Amino acid sequence: MTFNAIPGVLGTPAFAAALLAALPNYRVTARLNIAATTLTLICALSLFFTKPQPGAYLLVDDLNGTFIVLTTFVGFTTSIFSASYIGHELEIGRLTPPFVRFYHAMYQVLMFAMNLALVANNIGLMWVAIELATLTTVMMVGIYRTHEALEAAWKYFILGSVGIALALFGTILVYMAARPVVGEGLDAMVWSILVARASAFDPALLDLAFVFLLLGYGTKIGLAPLHAWLPDAHAEGPTPISAVLSGLLLNVALYALLRFKMILAVNPAAIAPGPLMVTLGLTSLVFAAFMLYRRRDIKRMFAYSSIEHMGIITFAFGMGGPLANFAGLLHMTMHSLTKSAIFFAVGHVAQVKGTQRIADMGGLTETNPVLGWTLILGVIAIAGLPPLGIFMSEFLVVSSTFARAPVLALVLVFGILVGLAALFLRLNTIAFGKPRGPTAEANASYMPMFAHLTLVLIGGIYLPPALVGWFESVAKLLG
Amino acid sequence: MHGITFDVAHLLAGSLVLVSFLELYQDRLYALLNVYAAHALVLAASVAWQALVQDAPHLYVTAAIALVFKAVVIPIALHRIIVRLGIHREIEKVVGVGFAMLAGIGLVALAMVVMLRVTQEADPLAREDLAFALSVVLLGLLMMVTRRNAVSQVVGFMSLENGLVLAATGAKGMPLVVEISIAFSILVAFIVIGIFLFRIRERFDTVDVQIVSTFRGEAQ
Repeated sequence: MTFNAIPGVLGTPAFAAALLAALPNYRVTARLNIAATTLTLICALSLFFTKPQPGAYLLVDDLNGTFIVLTTFVGFTTSIFSASYIGHELEIGRLTPPFVRFYHAMYQVLMFAMNLALVANNIGLMWVAIELATLTTVMMVGIYRTHEALEAAWKYFILGSVGIALALFGTILVYMAARPVVGEGLDAMVWSILVARASAFDPALLDLAFVFLLLGYGTKIGLAPLHAWLPDAHAEGPTPISAVLSGLLLNVALYALLRFKMILAVNPAAIAPGPLMVTLGLTSLVFAAFMLYRRRDIKRMFAYSSIEHMGIITFAFGMGGPLANFAGLLHMTMHSLTKSAIFFAVGHVAQVKGTQRIADMGGLTETNPVLGWTLILGVIAIAGLPPLGIFMSEFLVVSSTFARAPVLALVLVFGILVGLAALFLRLNTIAFGKPRGPTAEANASYMPMFAHLTLVLIGGIYLPPALVGWFESVAKLLG
Repeated sequence: MHGITFDVAHLLAGSLVLVSFLELYQDRLYALLNVYAAHALVLAASVAWQALVQDAPHLYVTAAIALVFKAVVIPIALHRIIVRLGIHREIEKVVGVGFAMLAGIGLVALAMVVMLRVTQEADPLAREDLAFALSVVLLGLLMMVTRRNAVSQVVGFMSLENGLVLAATGAKGMPLVVEISIAFSILVAFIVIGIFLFRIRERFDTVDVQIVSTFRGEAQ
């Protein structure tokens, strides 16, 4: 081992946050924001080649390597989108320069917090990082200071804090379970030690801990019925934040849950976490699919679609086994890429139209062809139609379920189809028909959307063997 | 075999649950803040006792934070916010006192049944501490759902956090990083809340969450 990339992955955003908080000029800070996320991405990519030794606080293995690369990549593309989006918000006066400065600093703090949660080997540290990420996003959601934005932020804050508090209680219970076996002190909170010795833990305590962790981190994943904060937070915050929330922060919470699932899996006497996750996942999927029909706000609609997909992913990981885990990982990756691309497009659409109400949009393919067709492609992808990546991953989830639990697979397919129909119903209004609302040319940055959708397309047609091998090893790790 | 160590810890943790019950039925904001200060005081005493019996000096820091920050600074600050917002006379409840108390008793019973059954192996001190801590957490949650006023919801959230601190200190030898982080996050959370309260006031002249909640983002 010659090179340790973790300081780069954590230090870059931390340093950038301090720097961006100090600099007043918008153009400079937007570029610096991009530069910082680029650097973080490069550091994260280097984790492919050299993995640092696990310590008492930090750990990099194949599992979080996947998450880190995904997080830093979407963080990077979102920063590019954010530069043009925020530029427009400044022009129309929705944001003032001090708020933009605050926004950029917070963006980097959020990146830092998510990366820290991912590399943490200490379950306490992981909790702190997720709490930090929650607080930063609360502040960003409320940044427009409108009635709706503040209500959304308040709701998110209260529900998020309760979730986080329950997760902490679960973390304490895990420590209590570990203490008699591992001994007092730091070691009993180190994940790699916990997972190695979990077979001797008190199963009853572990069971209880997992229930709290599932409810706590499940709130952050946005699983129904704990999802109430999610649509508001997505709809009222700046769109780059919606993209990062949907594409990344939900994944980070899921990652935390998966780490604890792995601890429970080692202990034969503890409850199987799978059925709990399967139930919550399916509930979220079916619930969100029906909720999609009544949405009138475009960002809220895609927020519900995120609940739907997080449900599918949680379901896949709950089923477990190499194939379902593989499908879950692939679906998570494809969903992150697609959903953030959709939010990039939606952000520009909402700026052109000056509203988020679906009824006030129309004929987008005529007035803004590039934006309109990109959005259509994104919706085709997210609805799970071939040949895009989500079709592939959903197909894998469904087929692996059919082999083991046909009834569950039926529910799954039903939910996916209901959601698909709802999305196309709304897409029809937005993209076709007579143009409605302002028809100005969008000053958009198309690169991030195209990059994401190209990757999703490639993922649907051809998965490189290296990636398949990588995901297979992670799937095996997940058990 | 329990001795004085156990008895005092038991007494203090039990008092914390009792004060949580007191919070449940306060119908004036000032009184609620005073009870919350008492809540934090009991917590500080409980944590300090744990520090003494566990011979863990770092826990005194947690106790000091509870004493200075939660029992003095936050109640005073919230007091001033209430005065500035001119809402010191009001408090609304979604449900009545009787129902809240009954629900609270039910939750405490639930916490006892769950925790005492699961932790039969653990040492009695940590075991009962954890059961009380879960009760405090659940009572805090109950308070958050039975109140509509933003200030009292915040108080509910803070007593919930007190329950977490009780649990963390009861778990013997738990690393300091967690306790400090709890204190720190309360600080941060409080600042956030403070900002929000002021902004909420600026925009709609009320801190009644019920009124704030009229918007659902689905207006026709």
